[in-house]
Amino acid sequence: MSGLLLVTQGAISQGVLWGIMVLGVYITYKLLDIPDLTADGSFTLGGCVCTVAILSGVNPVLATIMGLFAGLLAGAVTGILHTVFEIPAILAGILTQIGLWSVNLRIMGGKSNNPLLQTESMISFVSENTGVSQSQAALIVGIILVVIVIAALYWFFGTEVGAALRATGDNADMIRALGVNINNTKLIALSLSNGLIGLSGAMVAQMQKYADINMGRGAIVIGLAAIVIGEVLMNRVKNFGFKLFSAVVGAMIYFLIRAYAIQLGLNVNDMQLISALLVAAALAIPVAMRKWREKAAYTEDDLYASEHAASSEGDKHADRDKGRA
Amino acid sequence: MIEIKNVSKTFNKGTVNEKRALDNLNLTINDGDFITVIGGNGAGKSTMLNAIAGVFPVDCGKIEIDGVNVTRDPEFKRAKYIGRVFQDPMKGTAAGMQIEENLSLAYRRGKRRGLGWQIKAEEREIYKKELSRLGLGLEERLTDRVGLLSGGQRQAVTLLMATLKRPQLLLLDEHTAALDPATAATVLRLTREIVEGEKLTALMVTHNMKDAIAIGNRLIMMDRGSIIYNVSGDEKERLTVEDLLHKFEEASGTEFSNDRMILSR
Ligand SMILES: Nc1ncnc2c1ncn2[C@@H]1O[C@H](COP(=O)(O)OP(=O)(O)OP(=O)(O)O)[C@@H](O)[C@H]1O
Ligand SMILES: [Mg+2]
Repeated sequence: MSGLLLVTQGAISQGVLWGIMVLGVYITYKLLDIPDLTADGSFTLGGCVCTVAILSGVNPVLATIMGLFAGLLAGAVTGILHTVFEIPAILAGILTQIGLWSVNLRIMGGKSNNPLLQTESMISFVSENTGVSQSQAALIVGIILVVIVIAALYWFFGTEVGAALRATGDNADMIRALGVNINNTKLIALSLSNGLIGLSGAMVAQMQKYADINMGRGAIVIGLAAIVIGEVLMNRVKNFGFKLFSAVVGAMIYFLIRAYAIQLGLNVNDMQLISALLVAAALAIPVAMRKWREKAAYTEDDLYASEHAASSEGDKHADRDKGRA
Repeated sequence: MIEIKNVSKTFNKGTVNEKRALDNLNLTINDGDFITVIGGNGAGKSTMLNAIAGVFPVDCGKIEIDGVNVTRDPEFKRAKYIGRVFQDPMKGTAAGMQIEENLSLAYRRGKRRGLGWQIKAEEREIYKKELSRLGLGLEERLTDRVGLLSGGQRQAVTLLMATLKRPQLLLLDEHTAALDPATAATVLRLTREIVEGEKLTALMVTHNMKDAIAIGNRLIMMDRGSIIYNVSGDEKERLTVEDLLHKFEEASGTEFSNDRMILSR
């Protein structure tokens, strides 16, 4: 396979597995209207828990599920800080994220890197049993997981609890007056979101064959970037399932751009800046465009002069226009 | 029956901004009462409605709904008894959700929400029928987002949502004040149709004295956190706007200085 094709395939696999994290970010950012900064920590947590479990002999599938639950717990911590103790959501997320840094190091026994080496993972299992490459196996497992997660989220957000959760993000005062404890819905959303982020971290760790204390750095920005890219590309979709799908597509595009940029000689470490610029631009451009258009469209002349002149003689607009002429 | 006994509420206690918004409030609301509430700005009308709904804890006193003491219950728990329409048309509906989704959220007011489907097919028929009562053609737009509706349409939908599941008490806080006169009249007409038609128990705050006299079977006037005038039946029927102004000056010892009220007589 040619180099470029290989790079493309690797990026798509990465995008799909990170896409699960993006779905988690979607829940808090788009549905609950909270940018939850727990993400960076819970992603790493998922990876750490999963690799440590696999290395201590736990079945890789079970280890992956443990990564999911670890993320879920991290989200619950943020949720409790935010709802019970009324700490602003952004700060609550930062607190959990910072705390998780120490927790993650502890989990990995003080090392900042935990390699899986030749140990079996979900991805190596698929690759060995079907004969496909690691990266193809990652893609296959990733697609299956993404389909399951999107289907589950589509179902969940159509249920009574899920609808109450969406309403919490839309109009908290209203849904409280309709009998919903919004502390519960926020807690569920933050847990669910970080559970998915932990799952994604577990899968990414298995794909790259190691967990690293910094593997989740900037995850939230990647998540936002992917969501924004997905929205720009598929801005017409209305169906909730397709919206979720577009977020995963956004993740794939993000990792493609990233892979090509690195191919062109860009330093991996520059990607943080590029991600940040990408998100800032995506959020700023529509605002700048609107302002520019408003300015450009303004004119001192009566834009609707012809209509006014055409209307009846007694029309005061028409009179005024005549006066000016 | 709703019983409010010796309820007081002080905001910002112990600061320079200390404000006793409710001062030993007492009120008994019988089933089927449609009570209009008037009073100057800052009299405590909204605070009374919020205290009943449980938006904040009160300092003392007791609030009972049908014999159940709800004084210490948070707002979301009292929701099973209470339907609300706010002054701001944006507050009562979820703009990003569809009309039918909003109605289905209200249809489950006070009920446990589980993992069943949010909108069942047979519910749609109920929503269509109810929406057609509004006469705004919204029954044809079930899947439109509420954000696409005008303020008046949204307020009508909110009214429907507050009464979709029969509330023990309906709280209306100047719910037509933010609408243009024609739309306000429509929403007020719908309010009367629903409250009187279904014999609901309701409290309606208004700044329009004529409306306050014409609508409902009881009228209360508030000032400085208490009820200073409470009439019902024939006595209310015979009231005039002049009577109310006079009553206000007599009870509070001040000239009635509310522009909105003067203007709307
Ligand atoms: N959350 C709050 N915090 C502090 N003070 C408050 C709060 N809510 C109400 N108040 C004060 O309590 C008093 C009563 O306010 P309230 O809103 O009940 O008046 P109102 O009768 O509804 O008046 P309006 O006709 O203007 O709506 C006012 O002085 C108000 O400033
Ligand atoms: Mg008020």
